[in-house]
Amino acid sequence: MTRTAMSLVWLVPLLPLLGFVLNGTLALVRPTAKTAVSVIGVGAVVAAFGVAVAVVRALAVGHAAEPVVFTYWSWMPVGSLQVNAALQVDPLSAVMLLVVTGVGSLIHLFSVGYMREDDGYARYFAYLNLFVFFMLTLVLGASFPVMFVGWEGVGLCSYLLIGFWFTEQINADAGKKAFIVNRVGDFGFLVAMFLIFQHAGSLNFTDVFAKARSLFPLGSAAVTAITLFLFLGCTGKSAQIPLYTWLPDAMQGPTPVSALIHAATMVTAGVYLVARCNLLFALAPVSSAVVAGVGALTALFAATIALKQWDIKRVLAYSTISQLGYMFLGVGTGGGATVAGIFHLATHAFFKALLFLGSGSVIYAIHHAYHATHSHEDAQDMRNMGGLKAHLPWTWVLMWIATLAIAGVPPLSGFFSKDEILSAAFARGGVERIWYLFWGMGLAAASLTAFYMTRLMLYTFHGPNRTGERERPLLREAPWVMTGPLVALGVLSAVGGVLNLPALLGGSSRLERWLAPVTEAGAALLPAHAVASGTEWTLIGIAVAVALAGIAGALRMLRPADLLPAQRAPAETGFARVLWKKWYGDEIYDALIVRPIMWLSREVLWKIVDVRLVDGAGVNGAAAVSRALGWVGSRLQTGELGFYVVLFVAGVLFVLHVAVR
Amino acid sequence: MLLGPSLAVSAVLFTIGVTGVLVRRNAIVIFMCVELMLNAVNLTFVAFAQRLGVAGQIFVFFVMAVAAAEAAVGLAIILAIYRHRETVDLGNINLLKG
Repeated sequence: MTRTAMSLVWLVPLLPLLGFVLNGTLALVRPTAKTAVSVIGVGAVVAAFGVAVAVVRALAVGHAAEPVVFTYWSWMPVGSLQVNAALQVDPLSAVMLLVVTGVGSLIHLFSVGYMREDDGYARYFAYLNLFVFFMLTLVLGASFPVMFVGWEGVGLCSYLLIGFWFTEQINADAGKKAFIVNRVGDFGFLVAMFLIFQHAGSLNFTDVFAKARSLFPLGSAAVTAITLFLFLGCTGKSAQIPLYTWLPDAMQGPTPVSALIHAATMVTAGVYLVARCNLLFALAPVSSAVVAGVGALTALFAATIALKQWDIKRVLAYSTISQLGYMFLGVGTGGGATVAGIFHLATHAFFKALLFLGSGSVIYAIHHAYHATHSHEDAQDMRNMGGLKAHLPWTWVLMWIATLAIAGVPPLSGFFSKDEILSAAFARGGVERIWYLFWGMGLAAASLTAFYMTRLMLYTFHGPNRTGERERPLLREAPWVMTGPLVALGVLSAVGGVLNLPALLGGSSRLERWLAPVTEAGAALLPAHAVASGTEWTLIGIAVAVALAGIAGALRMLRPADLLPAQRAPAETGFARVLWKKWYGDEIYDALIVRPIMWLSREVLWKIVDVRLVDGAGVNGAAAVSRALGWVGSRLQTGELGFYVVLFVAGVLFVLHVAVR
Repeated sequence: MLLGPSLAVSAVLFTIGVTGVLVRRNAIVIFMCVELMLNAVNLTFVAFAQRLGVAGQIFVFFVMAVAAAEAAVGLAIILAIYRHRETVDLGNINLLKG
């Protein structure tokens, strides 16, 4: 019976695909049919969520230790490379399945209100459904190539949705940037796949992981190379140093897109990949340290940038990068911390989706007010907000819940997941010293997180309102179709911690036991490390103290009343300017990579290789040779009959001479 | 009939024809020289037919028939050229120069 329910898993990605086809057709033939588009778009994802729940229930009842693989057809039968179109249900993909379809449903619902007046409504839902389809392919794929199809597909949808309002140059450029930066990461993923096939002779997850122990000695060069290339792919998709620059620009897309793709689901694909391959990473201690180190560094680095951003969505974008860094610190630490990383992935999906949708609700209100008064002020600049708690009380309360959750204040969800990651990093520090450094960086980032999130709340909802005299009476809460999903996410953000309540706090670590079949092989390879429960209480105390210090610091230091609207605000100076300019990251990349490549393309590849070699020697050269040969031939055509006859007779004599001899 | 003298006459006739085609510029004369070459070949056929059977003589009829057709077409072309250019001197007819 359980097998029957689970065999319905193909329906989960298929329903959104069907939604894409129907909505895509509507977008082409009848873009004004907004009710039909809403029903199809939201219905497809909600139905997928329903099927996903049934599948996961069946998996839970079945207690399958092995992943359940459903093979549909042979996709790439090439010699010894046999890749099937197959989906895999196991505890890890089950968690991702629920997060993607669950949070996805709520965000689809929110979009109904948010995008209601947009001309591209049908196109928007078509893309959003297509994204869900590819994301589900990514998490359900039973082999690296199937996963890669989803991996590329979500990248495509990300590009399409960032540049959704493509008539403005800045949006189209942001989409292009996201796509190109991700290409660099995808190159790493591809190379890793080639290496895996070279060594293991298979690309199916079950085969590769079954053979991994015997194929790769602990710390061997091959597995280190494979995992590092895989991680390069992750840095692209999950916006880690050095490929993080595209995510803040991705905020040019509609806000629900930022919530779904660029916070809750797609950007976590890299975390999922590392968790999926946790056995390989456990075999490569160097790669694990790189993953954890890059994660910790990114968490700290992005958090500092978030301190000085004024665009509300950019603060959240850098916050996302920072939180993804935590997840990588978790999955990089390995063993039980892999679970912590996935746990943080889930709770982050709740509270960050809530924060983004909340900011969407704020932007919606301000945008409508400015629209009504024909003002061209920036609806996303926090200097144009302030005092919104009187106008948007629901959004205010819910966003405070999410803020406290992300800051790590108990007993909200973020506290549990973040604390688990930090204490796991600290515990591993007992074996390998470098992890103490990662723990310290994570802790510092935690206090910055608390600080910049409180800053965001203070400037947006507290103090005097700076939107404008004429606009102020027009500010009001969004319709229920938008606030409803916020409430649901608020509840999840608040109580999400029960998913994996540690034994220390009277829980039973349900997520950890649930994911044990996925992580136990990798965990067995790690050096044993654990901290005494007394130390654990101390760590919890430190983490909470740091978070509260961040919040208190923000409350003490920031004066929303002194802030000026964006138009009249003075320019940043000193170190604040460095942070406001994002440590000049984009400028440095521009000088070190973009400009040299542009120079090389323009001065060498275009002006020399293309113009001189391809056009000059190749095309024009071939033409010149033909013309020269033709000229030689044409000299024989004198038009004099006598000359032809002489040649003819000479030819006859030559043939006779040869034939007779 | 002796084979040797017949072939000798034929060879002389053919050479005269070839030389005429090579050196003369008047289209009518060149045309006549071509006919001369054809008849030289006919003579060879007839001469060999005495030894090798009647097939050579049959062939001569074919050659004469073709030569008659060729004469009709060739003269018509020369006439057309003359009407157009008022000359049959091949030195002046070189439109197809490369």
